[in-house]
Amino acid sequence: MPRTLIDKLWDEHTISDLGDGATLLYIDRIFLHERTGSVSLKGLQEAGRKVLHPEQVFCTMDHIVDTFPGRGDETVMPSGKDFIVTTREAALEAGINLFDIGDERQGIVHVVSAEQGITLPGFTQVCPDSHTCTLGAIGALAWGIGSTEGEHALATKTLVVSKPKVMCVKFEGLLPYGVTSKDMILFLIGKFTAAGGSGYAIEFTGQGIKALPQESRFTLCNMAVEFSAFTGLIPPDDTTFNYLEGRPYAPRNEAWDSALAHWGTLKSDDSAAFDAEISIDCADIVPLISWGTSPGHTVAIDGTVPDPDAAADDDERAAWARAQEYMDLFPGKKMEGLSIDAAFIGSCTNSRLSDLREVARVVKGRHVAEGIKAIVVPGSSQVKNLAEAEGIDAVLIKAGFEWRESGCSMCFFAGGEHFGERERVISSTNRNFENRQGPKTRTHLASPTTVAASALAGKIADVRKLGNDS
Amino acid sequence: MKPFTKLTAIAAPLLRINIDTDAIIPSKEMRSVGKHGLSAGMFANWRYSDPSNRVENPEFILNGEPYRRAEILLTGGNFGCGSSREHAVWAMREWGFRAIVAPSFGAIFRGNCVRNGILPVVLTDNVIKSLSVEVEANPHINRITLDLPKQTLISSRGISYSFEIARADKEMLLLGLDPIGITLRSDEDILAFTRADRVKRPWVYL
Repeated sequence: MPRTLIDKLWDEHTISDLGDGATLLYIDRIFLHERTGSVSLKGLQEAGRKVLHPEQVFCTMDHIVDTFPGRGDETVMPSGKDFIVTTREAALEAGINLFDIGDERQGIVHVVSAEQGITLPGFTQVCPDSHTCTLGAIGALAWGIGSTEGEHALATKTLVVSKPKVMCVKFEGLLPYGVTSKDMILFLIGKFTAAGGSGYAIEFTGQGIKALPQESRFTLCNMAVEFSAFTGLIPPDDTTFNYLEGRPYAPRNEAWDSALAHWGTLKSDDSAAFDAEISIDCADIVPLISWGTSPGHTVAIDGTVPDPDAAADDDERAAWARAQEYMDLFPGKKMEGLSIDAAFIGSCTNSRLSDLREVARVVKGRHVAEGIKAIVVPGSSQVKNLAEAEGIDAVLIKAGFEWRESGCSMCFFAGGEHFGERERVISSTNRNFENRQGPKTRTHLASPTTVAASALAGKIADVRKLGNDS
Repeated sequence: MKPFTKLTAIAAPLLRINIDTDAIIPSKEMRSVGKHGLSAGMFANWRYSDPSNRVENPEFILNGEPYRRAEILLTGGNFGCGSSREHAVWAMREWGFRAIVAPSFGAIFRGNCVRNGILPVVLTDNVIKSLSVEVEANPHINRITLDLPKQTLISSRGISYSFEIARADKEMLLLGLDPIGITLRSDEDILAFTRADRVKRPWVYL
C-alpha cells in the first residue's frame, strides 16, 4: 500500500500499536535546554530514574542565558542562574552531551542540532520546546513535547504518541525577488489561519521547496507549529545530504554510504494519499509583515491593516479588533512607513549564517536610523564565529547594530532583557503574541531582510525598494 | 496524582479564540525550576492591571465570584496554542482547574493536560456558547458535571453531551497513572526493536 514519508517514518519507529490510534514510538534523539530540560532531568532524579542511553541525549543553554558579550552564569533574569546551574549539574550527573556556556557548540537548540549533524534524515527527535519542528527540514520527524513527556522519553527512549493526519503543502514555481522562506510560511498561515494545520503533520513539497537552500528550509519548518501543525517536514534530497556531510555527529565513510542509501528511500510513494492537500503558487507571495497578535495576522508589506468586519466569523472579528487595539493600529493603516522603536534579528527562525549574510548585504554602507535600537543575535556560537571570520560582525556594528553572543534572547521576555512597554519592534522571530517580547510590547514579524531594511529606515520598509547592491 | 472520575463544579466562560500559552503563563512568571508556585502567575497579564504588584483587574472574569472557585473553563478554539511550556497546565491545575472545554486545543498543551490531571473536553463552539449562557445566568447554581467513564458532559439543565477522548489519555486520567511505569512494562518489546534497528540503522546509535 502506498505510503507518505510521514507514514514510513511512523512505521519505521513503531515498537507497538497501543490501539485507538496511539503508538509506542522509538525516539532517536532527545535535545534539552536549560529552561525546561532542567525540569525533566530533576523530575527523573526525584522519581529515582535514570536517563537511558545518555549518549543520544543532548543539552544546550539558550533560553535563559544573557547574550551580552562576556556573559556567564549570572543573568538579568532574577532566577536565571538557578536554571543554568541546575541544568548543568543534572546534565553532568546523567552523562548526557552538554553544550555549555563557553562551549563552541553552544547555541539555540534548533540551530545547533542541525549544524552539529545530530538530527539526521528519518530520525524521530523531541525536545521540550515547540519549535522542534524546525528540524523537519532535515527530513526528520521532530516535534515539541512538555517536560513530563520529556521525562518519559529520557527514561525509556520511547513516547506514546497519537498519529496525526497527514497534509501535503505544495509550493509551486519559484520565489520572486526579495521574497524569502519566512514569507512562504507566513503566507501559508495568513491564508489558512493559525489553526489551519491543527491535527496534521505536514509534508512540504514542490519546486519552491526543492529550490530552497538548506538553511532557508529550517525557517519554513520552524513555523509549522504556528500553523498548529503537529510538525512539518521536507523530504531529504541532495541539498540536505550536502549540508550534512562531514558534520560532527553525522556518520562517516561506510556508515555514511549506508545511511545515504537508506535516506534515498525517504520520500512519499507516488500514489500515496494525503488526508489534506494545499497548493500555493510562489509567484503569489510577496514580503509580508504581521499587524496583529497572531502569526496569521499578516498583510503584504505594501498593504494595509484589515477591517475586522472583513473577518471570517464573529470570533475572528473580536480577535482582530482586540489585536488592533493592543497594537495601536486601525483598519486601513498602511504598514509601510509605520515608525518603529526597535529591530531584532535572531531566534531559531532566522539567525543562521545565510540570514546574517543577507542582512549584512542589505545594511552594508548604510546605517540604522537614529534612535532605533537594533540587535543581531547569531543562532549559535559556531554561527557567530563563522560570521566574524567573514567580517559580518564588523559590517553590522558599523551599521549601528548590536552584535551579541548566541541565545534565544529577546524572542520572548523571560524576566530578563526585554523590549519596553508599548515599544514597536520589528522582529525576525516567530511569535507576536501580546506581551511576548516585553510588557505591552508590540511585535511585527517579518523576514530578516525586511527587518534590516526597516531598521535602516526607522520605519517598516519594503526591502525590494532599497536597490540591488550585490 | 488524583484520579479523575466524576466532577460537578463551577464553570467560568472565557470565550476567546487562540488563547496561547504565553497568555496562560507569561514567560516572566516562570521563575523557578520546579512545577509549583505558578498559580499566581496564571493569566497574569489579564488578571492583574499591574502584574508586578499583583493588583487585580476587576474586569477579568476569574477575579469575580463565584468564578474564583471555578474548576471548569469554557473557552474558544485552539486553546493552549503556541509554546510547549507545560507550566501553563501546572499553573491552571494549581489554581484549581480540573477540566477545560474547548472546540480544539493546541496539540502539545492537550498532551500536557492529560499527563497532569486536567481533562480536555472537545465540544462544538455552539454547544460551548450555549453552556456559557446557562452558566452566566446563575454561575453559583448552574454547575457543570463531567463524567469521564461515560465520556459525558451534563449541563445544569440536565442536557448530556458526549465527548471523545483517546483510550490511553482516558486511562491516564481515570487512574492518575504514571506513564513511565506503564511503558517500562513493555521493555521486552523495546529491546527487540532496538536489536533489529541497530542492524538497519547503525548511525542512530552513537
